[in-house]
Amino acid sequence: MSGAVELTGLSLQAASARLAAGAVSSRQLTEACLGRIAATDDRVGAFLAVTGEGALAAAAASDARRAAGKALGPLDGIPLALKDLFLTRGVATTAGSRILEGFIPPYDGTAVARLKAAGAVLLGKLNLDEFAMGSSNEHSAFKPCRNPWDLSRTPGGSSGGSAAALAARQCYGTLGTDTGGSIRLPASFCGVVGLKPTYGRVSRSGVIAFASSLDQPGPLGRTTWDVAALLAAIAGPDPRDLTCAARPADDYLSGLEAGVRGLRVGVPREWFGGGLEPGVEARVREALATYQRLGATLVEISLPHSKYGIAAYYLIATAEASANLARYDGVRFGRRAPGVRGLKELYAESREQGLGAEPKRRIMLGTYALSAGYYQAYYLRAQQVRTLIRRDFDAAFTECDVVAGPVAPSAAFKLGEKTGDPLQMYLADVFTITCNLAALPGLSVPCGLAGGLPVGLQLLGRPFDEATLLRAARALERELGPAPEPTALEERP
Amino acid sequence: MSLSLDEVRRVAALARLKLSAAEEQLFAGQLSAILDRVRDLEGLDLTGVPPMTHALAEGEAVALRPDAPAPGLTAEEALANAPDREGSCFKVPRIIE
Repeated sequence: MSGAVELTGLSLQAASARLAAGAVSSRQLTEACLGRIAATDDRVGAFLAVTGEGALAAAAASDARRAAGKALGPLDGIPLALKDLFLTRGVATTAGSRILEGFIPPYDGTAVARLKAAGAVLLGKLNLDEFAMGSSNEHSAFKPCRNPWDLSRTPGGSSGGSAAALAARQCYGTLGTDTGGSIRLPASFCGVVGLKPTYGRVSRSGVIAFASSLDQPGPLGRTTWDVAALLAAIAGPDPRDLTCAARPADDYLSGLEAGVRGLRVGVPREWFGGGLEPGVEARVREALATYQRLGATLVEISLPHSKYGIAAYYLIATAEASANLARYDGVRFGRRAPGVRGLKELYAESREQGLGAEPKRRIMLGTYALSAGYYQAYYLRAQQVRTLIRRDFDAAFTECDVVAGPVAPSAAFKLGEKTGDPLQMYLADVFTITCNLAALPGLSVPCGLAGGLPVGLQLLGRPFDEATLLRAARALERELGPAPEPTALEERP
Repeated sequence: MSLSLDEVRRVAALARLKLSAAEEQLFAGQLSAILDRVRDLEGLDLTGVPPMTHALAEGEAVALRPDAPAPGLTAEEALANAPDREGSCFKVPRIIE
């Protein structure tokens, strides 16, 4: 049994090296992960569905390939898991919503298909806020997800399960999606690495849409190498997504160890203007000092329109969501209210029964913002502000190569702490949202603990410069040494 | 700014949402608070600022595929999740009484 525990604690990179050396089989890795999920997930709640049978079959196929000398690459045989927003052929996909309960997608999303083609073993589908709307995973229609560092706290959201599963050592890598911080916030709260790629870097085909001009799928892992390897597998052009960029993916692994000497790190003065938890601010400032010590230059920059980010975001994201969620009407798939008379009642009743409070709230706000007489005052204005936010970053990137700061004002908050006040919940995204509005790549890398809870450093980069973000994150990771592991799960209740 | 219950009902009807009386009350208060926050934007001079109309940076090419026939979902696959069907059609309640 101790062997299995030791296996689940490996990084993806280390697990991959052991597979390559013949020291372990994919079946052993997969069984270890399934065992760990069975032993811990009643307390964590990271998984909405575990596909053990399919995983073991994929592991057997991987082991057979390797035995025949036909291993596919670093992900071949590696157990991974997916936010339940990614369509998986033949495997139920819910988006964390009752309205999609029982929905079985007829095809794989592009990122999923690419992971399968790389030989990955898929363990199941991960918990999330309903339709990725939330910052704590508490809006999941099925069950809450808990933070493995402190089970009374949230893992962050909306990709809460994607981060919690990694912190709980249940798998070696995950995919999440990030519309306003939904990869970076949970990565920060759970002490793992999470990358939101540039808009258009990873295909959105087969990812259930929330806000189409902001959504971007991306990887989470326990190390920067793991995240770089996952990004390399899923990034690149896709004819099925006409918002996906034509430029090929970069090599994210070869420059990873190159360090930060000469790198100009921009520090936005607006992000340190008060409101940060002291422990969070201390860890972030120490990380900045570490960069300086490693030969990077710190440059104070200004992002004057950051403060308008939340307002612009909650107009644009809700407007787009109101359109995207119109398809859940009980006609072609998903829940249909029984015993209704007439089509209009069918729509309204099915949506009433199937959608939770947060999607309804956002559909209402978005519908209002787009309705006659309000479009100019709200949506159009928000899109103009978006231009200003992008220009802020364009100007900043003439003076610096990456922007660094906190991911969130605080470490993980308690379950129930913010659910009564949606606006307070939205403010958890105050530092992550401008990255999505400006369509930039962003990353959270662990930079220490505050009060026993993980703190993430956020790095933002120029469009399509994920390689620099990963290299900078790796420099910090190497300096800080192996991240501490959460202990809450080892103390049996 | 406060949203009246009548406005909440009008928006819910547009969005094809059926809200309970309690939800109408709750959303009137919560949406009003959110819209107050959104009023931050009113103080900005946006004269001459173009709206951002695409998230990809200007000049960034997208991968257009050739306009060639390719297999898609079969009718059976497309209908497999239908709550109700008849033959190769999705079935809904009578529209015209």
